[in-house]
Amino acid sequence: MNGSEAIFGLLAAVTVLGAIGVITRKNPVHSALLLIATLMSVAGIYVLLEAEFLAAVQVLVYAGGVMVLFLFVIMLVDLEQRGKSAGAGRKLSKGTVALGAVLTVVFLCVLLSTFAMEPLGASHAGSEALRAGGGNLGSVALVMFRYYLLPFELASVLLLVAMVGAIVLGRFKL
Amino acid sequence: MITADHLLLLSIVLFSIGVLGVLTRRNAIIIFMSIELMLNAANLNFVAFSRFGKVPELTGQTFATFIICVAAGEVAIGLAIIIALFRNKETVQVDELNLLRW
Repeated sequence: MNGSEAIFGLLAAVTVLGAIGVITRKNPVHSALLLIATLMSVAGIYVLLEAEFLAAVQVLVYAGGVMVLFLFVIMLVDLEQRGKSAGAGRKLSKGTVALGAVLTVVFLCVLLSTFAMEPLGASHAGSEALRAGGGNLGSVALVMFRYYLLPFELASVLLLVAMVGAIVLGRFKL
Repeated sequence: MITADHLLLLSIVLFSIGVLGVLTRRNAIIIFMSIELMLNAANLNFVAFSRFGKVPELTGQTFATFIICVAAGEVAIGLAIIIALFRNKETVQVDELNLLRW
């Protein structure tokens, strides 16, 4: 059992357990957070399969865009369940404050440690190989724009129609 | 060594969990999340065959990108429908939406 297999096992376990959690949790907010964990580990599996561009899209579109939308709608809509536990947990406990402080320090250390590094792409063999070959992004772009240009344009039209439809549905009283 | 079998197994488990969620839950938002799970299972299949297919190529990854795009549009429309539904009926439980039941 080598390294990539172990990582795949870990990511697959997180994916499946997160997915089970999504459909079993009572609170929709917990479901949404577990779905984010699932989507992130699927992105990790994409990286293992050398689909780096798709992993980036997965994180940006799903974890960044779609899940924020989900959480907004849950908080707008799920009033009856929220009302019961309102008022509880208003005060921050000592543990929360301590955890926040520790995370802040760690984050600051990571941020400041970038100043100690050498500039990007100075002497990394990996980045040079990536630039020479164009990387996964370049290859995907070639396939997409050479063979699938019409579906690409249709997808942009689809997104435009979805945007207009969402605005119409959300704005006017139906 | 990861093979296509591992990925197909993971994909089928993920898809089954999604189907189970759609069939058993009554909260419309969680049904939507289950649909996302199923779309991700399909995406995993695409990437697996793009990597381990007879001729490794990138068409699968391109299609997975398109699926993510369609899923984003679907979520935007679906959540707008849920909001409109909540305005009219004050609920998102799908078993209370029986206006068309005969």
